[in-house]
Amino acid sequence: MSTESACPLTARDYKSELKPVWCPGCGDFSVLMAITKAMADVGRRPEEIAVISGIGCSSRVPAYTNCYGFHGVHGRALPLATGLKLSRPDLLVIAAGGDGDGYSIGGNHFLHACRRNVDLTYIVMDNQVYGMTKGQPSPTTPPEWDSALVPGGTGLRPFHPLVIALAAGANFVARSFSGDPANTAQMIVEAIRHPGFSLLEILSPCVTFRPEERDWAKQVHPAAVDETSDRARAARRVLTDDGFNTGILFRGDRAPYQPSVNLEVVSSVDFETEFQP
Amino acid sequence: MTGSKAQTIAMIGSGGAGVMTAAEILLRVAARAGYFGLMTKSFGPQIRGGEAAAFVTLSTSPVEIQGDRIDLLFAIDWNNAERFAGELNIASDALVISGLPGTNPPAIVTDHRPALVEINLKSLTRTHKGTRPNMVALGTVAGALGLPKDVVMELVDERLASKGEATMSQGRTAIGLGYIEAEGLDSMPLAPSEGAAPRWIISGNQAAGYGAMRGGVRFAAAYPITPATEILEWLAPRLQKAGGLLVQAEDELASINMIIGGSFGGAAVLTATSGPGLALMSESIGLAVAAEIPLLVIDVMRGGPSTGIPTKSEQSDLNIAVYGLHGDAPHVVTAPNSIADCLFTAQWSTHLAESMQVPVIMLSDQSFGQALGVVERPAELAFATRRLVVEAPAENYQRYAVTASGVSPMAIPGTPGGQYTADGLEHNETGIPSSGVEDHNRQLEKRLTKVTNFDYGDHWAQIEGDGPAAIITWGSTTGPVRQAMRRIDPHGERLRLISLRLISPAQPECLARALAGCERIMVVEQSQMAQFFGHLKAQFDLPSHADLYARPGPQPFRADEIAAKLEDWLS
Repeated sequence: MSTESACPLTARDYKSELKPVWCPGCGDFSVLMAITKAMADVGRRPEEIAVISGIGCSSRVPAYTNCYGFHGVHGRALPLATGLKLSRPDLLVIAAGGDGDGYSIGGNHFLHACRRNVDLTYIVMDNQVYGMTKGQPSPTTPPEWDSALVPGGTGLRPFHPLVIALAAGANFVARSFSGDPANTAQMIVEAIRHPGFSLLEILSPCVTFRPEERDWAKQVHPAAVDETSDRARAARRVLTDDGFNTGILFRGDRAPYQPSVNLEVVSSVDFETEFQP
Repeated sequence: MTGSKAQTIAMIGSGGAGVMTAAEILLRVAARAGYFGLMTKSFGPQIRGGEAAAFVTLSTSPVEIQGDRIDLLFAIDWNNAERFAGELNIASDALVISGLPGTNPPAIVTDHRPALVEINLKSLTRTHKGTRPNMVALGTVAGALGLPKDVVMELVDERLASKGEATMSQGRTAIGLGYIEAEGLDSMPLAPSEGAAPRWIISGNQAAGYGAMRGGVRFAAAYPITPATEILEWLAPRLQKAGGLLVQAEDELASINMIIGGSFGGAAVLTATSGPGLALMSESIGLAVAAEIPLLVIDVMRGGPSTGIPTKSEQSDLNIAVYGLHGDAPHVVTAPNSIADCLFTAQWSTHLAESMQVPVIMLSDQSFGQALGVVERPAELAFATRRLVVEAPAENYQRYAVTASGVSPMAIPGTPGGQYTADGLEHNETGIPSSGVEDHNRQLEKRLTKVTNFDYGDHWAQIEGDGPAAIITWGSTTGPVRQAMRRIDPHGERLRLISLRLISPAQPECLARALAGCERIMVVEQSQMAQFFGHLKAQFDLPSHADLYARPGPQPFRADEIAAKLEDWLS
């Protein structure tokens, strides 16, 4: 249902005037750039797109776009996006947020969004830390990372979002790096175009609370192998890689969950006869 | 032919004995014969098996509550019947039929010294191959009550039609056997019915679902929970038929957020839950307040706190519904006052939510939700007001513009030029996050104004009688209070009933008008901590002479219990 416009829209048409709250050097600036570029490439008009988020630094992204947006409560971006997409299949719905929002407080929704496979694109800006609350460990933080809240580190095995997404049924799984916005934009386009639930995990450094993540620029590398449609193979690859492989890992062929709806109340519904004794 | 104006029948038996089916057919037979009625169910905690009891009160006039005492008890067996000790309140002139000769009724039954008759269901059903004990019991009860045999046959035929002619014929045989057995009993006929105006047979949960659909709800998301699940199971296929959709969510956190998403997209939405689910949803209901998203949350209350008593009723979620949101979060709380009123109140609540762009919590309860009532056909209503949406937003469209009513035109995604970000963060009129004093005050004021200044009309309460002493109550306590008042004050000269349908925001001026000429009030509610009374004292001006009768569930109120309290109070 995309509306072709006579004069093609550019990334700038998808950006709002609002100045982000992010710290200078935050990876999320590049992700925002990539998102708006991807929107222009996909070509849907801003009013046909909704960007849905929860709470956290990266969850501020909806208002920085010129689309419809919803900045909801912590951890609930995916059910909110699911409700919107199911009732309004005509819209392009993108959920976005961080690792704490998506994998910790929103973890159950993450599993079920993968399972449900509604045609959504979920962009996770993973910086392996809670930034907005000033530096606590998230589910993806390495076990030894020291912090005021968890002195000496969590000692916990980090959450592995990609393999969990694969196991739970996501239909498209990819990883990119915020420092490469052109490639990230391309992957967002691919994620949007692929039917069903698409997870794009973007390594997006937090220069304030995890300054060592600046080194990610040197560590990331394109995956040496091509994408696969074999879930088991994708899972094995991602379990054994170094965590810095970028690229599309998996592209599945599950049919999206989208029951037909027509929410316009055209006529009054009449179920009276069933109540007659 | 004379007879009783009302009879209360209990049918009990082991799970699987079919007492629920028999009782439901009995209720339908009575409805077709022009009687009013009410059926409630009591189960053990077992999923299958265990003991089950069905209670049916039939009457020539509208029935809102089960009769005080049981006039006719049919026990297919007595296994674990003691479990219903609190519910088997047998009249001293009751007829008790034991379907299993040689087994003894428990003391809770025999203590009342009723007339005890034995019918050997086992030998009857053995002699007549394929007949079922519950259908023989149904025939016996229907016969004893003087209900028309042809109507019973008709219903049994309908019920068994899908199972083939042989089964239907066995069903008819069983009913016939029951009618023959009834001939040997002291008959206890119902007085002739006064004819059948159009009636419905409906549960509170069905009525709530249908009311919401009449109000325009087309999208729902929910998580199963007793005793609200029937609303969802009723809605799911019917929403589909109407072009809508019900999604089973992974939990209540998801269901509330799914409907927020659906409503943001322009649909009228609902979720239904019970206390524990409402507690989980509270944070996001606050989001809907802040982001001004219309939605309906139906809480079918059950005994609390915590898991409490899932299958029994209590009015103890009032506090969480009215006061349970964090921050200053104005919203609306409504409550139906009868099974039929579940339909009206759900429809009205949808209208309120859509008109004010606000979450509405409707407090139904288990005693409405899971009871089946024969009621007058509810009136067809249509509320004209719909959600205020903007079709062609001006250049500087402001989603949260401050208006006189407090309601601002909402842009629905897809509308060019209306793009905004809905936010749980405090925001300015455009929707941009702001922690400024002025924006906070203006938006708080706007959100409060829209719910306090709204014209709720006469629907805020149900008022009956104009005596100088008023009973103030709400929800499912209304029926027992009304019944008790009819007994001790049949002409409405001493007492006045005020049952609040709008629990919050409080309407103190309305209550003051309704109390004109009243010297004293008594508040009646089913909550140990008297949550309703506390709410009234905090939000309304009550006469200085205010008394209280409050107790917890799970026992439903009976008219005689309240009548005794009122007599005491008036004397």
